[in-house]
Amino acid sequence: MEIFIQQLVNGLTIGSIYALVALGYTMVYGVLKLINFAHGDLVAFSAYVGLVIMMQLAGVISSSVVIIVLVFIFTAIIISAFGVLLERLAYKPLRKAPRLSAVVSALGASLIIENGIMLIWGPRPKIFPSNIVPNINWNIGGVYIGLMQLLVLVISFVLMFVLYFFVNQTKLGAAMRASAIDQDAARLMGINVDRIIMITFIIGSALGSVGGLFIGMYYRGIYFNMGWIYGLNAFVAAIIGGIGNIPGAMLGGMLLGIFNALISGYLSSSWALALTYVLLIVIMIFRPTGILGERVAEKV
Amino acid sequence: MSNKEKLLVVENLEVSYGSIEAVKGISFDVYKGEVVTILGANGAGKTTTLRTISGLIKSKSGSIKYKNFELTSMSAHKIVSLGISQAPEGRRVFGILTVEENLKLGAYTKKTFNPATLSWIYELFPRLKERKKQLAGTLSGGEQQMLAIGRALMSEPEMLLLDEPSLGLAPVLVKTIFETIKHIKLSGVTVLLVEQNAKAALKLADRGYVLEVGKIVFKGASKELLESPEIQEAYLGKKK
Ligand SMILES: Nc1ncnc2c1ncn2[C@@H]1O[C@H](COP(=O)(O)OP(=O)(O)OP(=O)(O)O)[C@@H](O)[C@H]1O
Ligand SMILES: [Mg+2]
Repeated sequence: MEIFIQQLVNGLTIGSIYALVALGYTMVYGVLKLINFAHGDLVAFSAYVGLVIMMQLAGVISSSVVIIVLVFIFTAIIISAFGVLLERLAYKPLRKAPRLSAVVSALGASLIIENGIMLIWGPRPKIFPSNIVPNINWNIGGVYIGLMQLLVLVISFVLMFVLYFFVNQTKLGAAMRASAIDQDAARLMGINVDRIIMITFIIGSALGSVGGLFIGMYYRGIYFNMGWIYGLNAFVAAIIGGIGNIPGAMLGGMLLGIFNALISGYLSSSWALALTYVLLIVIMIFRPTGILGERVAEKV
Repeated sequence: MSNKEKLLVVENLEVSYGSIEAVKGISFDVYKGEVVTILGANGAGKTTTLRTISGLIKSKSGSIKYKNFELTSMSAHKIVSLGISQAPEGRRVFGILTVEENLKLGAYTKKTFNPATLSWIYELFPRLKERKKQLAGTLSGGEQQMLAIGRALMSEPEMLLLDEPSLGLAPVLVKTIFETIKHIKLSGVTVLLVEQNAKAALKLADRGYVLEVGKIVFKGASKELLESPEIQEAYLGKKK
């Protein structure tokens, strides 16, 4: 039982990270019907950018709380700008081109970012400093939970709640949902769809950058091609939840995180990836649109 | 009509899809307060014309003047804020949003949402009020058409473009929709109505244009068109 609860806590932690990254895939898919394959690499890039900023700030600021807050803010701004740039350069010129062109462009952008990281920081892993978040652990009835885990959980939940509120309760959020359903109809409402697409990339990239920083701070080791594996897991999470569906990405991320942690706890972590695909296939067989997959509008 | 202000002036408008020329140099105008109808068979270029006015597609040449604004170079969302809204062909309601969410999106260009406009639309279409919490995709075809028109009215337009509002509706509903268009006109909104139901459209409209494969072949006051033998034969199903 203790192993189970321990793995549940660990699973929720990594699941939150998957969920943050999965939101970027699902939101972009929502408005552009495009899998932004470069998203995972942008997440990896954010960990490197965050590390650089952290080392710079550590020289001038002594409070680690201030450092962490600033690292998150600056990294989110920089990665959002890259997200917007990515959309402008790789996707916008292909808006009216066949789907396959955009997919090829996405794969190309992914390779460019991945190799760009390697050229700048080299092929060997970089390590996040261990003393930024104090290594505090609580033992609650035999289950360990660390301060870093608590931070990941709390910040992720707050961000997801804010996103959910934004999308469902604000005018801009409604415009985003409308643009995802039917771009031309949205334009006829007076919605500037290009601007909505830009905002989508900003939000998706910013959430992804938080995910990337969590990966760096929680696992500490980062490597240039990690965007591939984290991106793949987050992408699978988005599909499990129902691609294009925002609560679906959150749920899919959590489920996948818990699933992976339980496999690692009871079997071995080397089974995790293979069984992830078994899970994906099983869910796709029983619910091809994912757990919370889009209810399809009836056309009369 | 000459003493009235021209709201929309279209001149030599040409629109193509790749090598297909859909609209081949048409000119027409709409005066403030009028209902003008554009008639024509399938593929005549009616929808293309409305989509070009709304800025969803770009023209090849020609001009579309609304008041003093040239619309051909303007993006769709700006055209809505100038006061032109459209209930498009096929209704295009946001199926997974509720009726009321759809209506509120119609008022997207308004800084402050005006509850009086919403009540007016619920008066025009009581059906929508009963179903305001229902998902738009689950409405019947006729109700979706009401929603599409209501949604277009939420921006408080000066000019409303309607693309075949009677398409696929039962005769009794067609009558309701045309009645409503009359009310909309009386409230001061100028209407450009695209229709295949020539008889009903001409009974309602002040003037009409007939489009055939991208060209205007007849134009005139509705009464003239209703009485013209060519129109009667080709569009009103009467023998000479
Ligand atoms: N997206 C498109 N790509 C290529 N050709 C198109 C496209 N849309 C319309 N067309 C062509 O342009 C011509 C005019 O089409 P349009 O939809 O404007 O006709 P319409 O008068 O609205 O017809 P209907 O009464 O059937 O709605 C047709 O020949 C049509 O095939
Ligand atoms: Mg049409």
